[in-house]
Amino acid sequence: MLQINDVTAGYGMIKALKGVFLEARQGEVTCLLGPNGAGKTTLIYTIAGIVRAQTGSIVLNQVNITNFTPQNIVKRGIAVVPENRLVFPLMSVRENLLAGAFSRKEGKNTIVQNDIKQMFSKFPVLNERSEQLAGTLSGGEQQMLAVARALMSKPKILLMDEPSVGLAPLIVAQIFGIILEMKNEGMTIFLVEQNANMALKVADKFYLLEQGEITFEGVPDQIKDADIIQRAYLGNKKK
Amino acid sequence: MINFLQNCLDGAMIGSSYSLLAISFTIIFGIMGRINLALGPSIMLGAFLGTWAFINLEVSPWTVAMVTIIATILIGIYVERLCFWAIRRDVAMASMVSSFAIWMQLEEIALNLLPERTYPFPKLFVSGTIEIGPFFLRYEHLVTFGIAMLSMLGLAFLLYRSRFGLALRAVSESRKTAAYMGIDPNKIIFWTFILVSFFGGIAGYLLLATDQQITPNFGLWATLKGLIAMMLGGMGSLVGAVIGGVVIGIIEAQTQWYLGNAYRDLSVYVVLFVMLIFHPGGLLGNQFAHKADIKFKRV
Repeated sequence: MLQINDVTAGYGMIKALKGVFLEARQGEVTCLLGPNGAGKTTLIYTIAGIVRAQTGSIVLNQVNITNFTPQNIVKRGIAVVPENRLVFPLMSVRENLLAGAFSRKEGKNTIVQNDIKQMFSKFPVLNERSEQLAGTLSGGEQQMLAVARALMSKPKILLMDEPSVGLAPLIVAQIFGIILEMKNEGMTIFLVEQNANMALKVADKFYLLEQGEITFEGVPDQIKDADIIQRAYLGNKKK
Repeated sequence: MINFLQNCLDGAMIGSSYSLLAISFTIIFGIMGRINLALGPSIMLGAFLGTWAFINLEVSPWTVAMVTIIATILIGIYVERLCFWAIRRDVAMASMVSSFAIWMQLEEIALNLLPERTYPFPKLFVSGTIEIGPFFLRYEHLVTFGIAMLSMLGLAFLLYRSRFGLALRAVSESRKTAAYMGIDPNKIIFWTFILVSFFGGIAGYLLLATDQQITPNFGLWATLKGLIAMMLGGMGSLVGAVIGGVVIGIIEAQTQWYLGNAYRDLSVYVVLFVMLIFHPGGLLGNQFAHKADIKFKRV
């Protein structure tokens, strides 16, 4: 569904991505692992059109979307759950969801309102806080809001940038429960994570990004066997 | 006591147009974190074009109002393209400095257009006074107040009930996150300048029609009133801007009555001075600190 071919991108003289190849398939959870500074967030920026790709191509459903404007990319069905959630803190939960639906053409109030109701039934905690300012929510609630807000644009693929960062383990489990749920509903997800233990449980395919290059790709079983990766990214060796 | 209350009424009514100016500065500051010093001079040049049409073409006051507002919007677009859009990746200070340069340019244009500095500005279509109990109200003041209030209500509706308002607030909270939502920040900023120039044009017209004269100094004057009202009310707070404008209007009316015209501007500066020493955030300035708090909150 989403193919990234030989993408190079960076900031000024610094190359953060040095020819990245990867693919996210329809209905699957594709996970990108990698240490800090590997270029994971830059890749998200590049796909979302915020950072320009210097070479290579990004293809969504056979359409080359490389260096389209962020607006156009959202319209074509790529939604981002940004790192650190980035909800609009001074807007209510409901307004955050409305902002998520901004790119939709049908803009008809009733359709969007229905979708908001749907999100509220999917995330009951947001319903309880619908008129509260998003900045007053807890971290986990903000993360759910960020996911719901991204879903409001009716995306074909959801890019999630470190949804577990800064959250308590219990909340992280909850967030991954939501990811699993979305996967079962048929959503295609591209997940960028450092929490390899959790990502292992939901992903269909793994990529490992190191210093701007993909150094490993495989399925979860393989990654469990690959000792180097286990030591580098799973932290504690289990048993 | 009656005099005091009468001054409060007069001041609040004139102050409502200061509020409009302050709102204009606040919205630009809120969405870009930059200050548009050229807003006052844009209004001044717009009004000069209105006066020019009034003197040379003898058009009606209504047409003068239209010319003033439309010209202000066009000049606003010019300022946005040059001082904000063109250098949007540079530091915020660059926009302030270049808007100051544009200010000089606009003033020169006005002086070349009508070189005699002071010109009559057509008064509103109404005049006279109305007596309510012990108070006298001038019709111009009532009209100014009414139009300013309507404009603010319209603006509140636009900001909090419309799609454009949602996008504007999204961009002012975080440009990057807004882009993730498919909002084009540059487009929103462009339309915000048009919106702000529209309200600035209305405020300028109302003030000038009450004064019935215009000089190129009006640009400086309008920028100062708007900025002071914004600082007094609290940077970044819309309600603060409204209150700041009204407070300035009242202070001016009171000093004019009790101390004389010479102290009118001075008293406002003194109040601002005292405010900045004891409550630097302004009347409702806490909201701004609050915003930063929330932004960096991690749970």
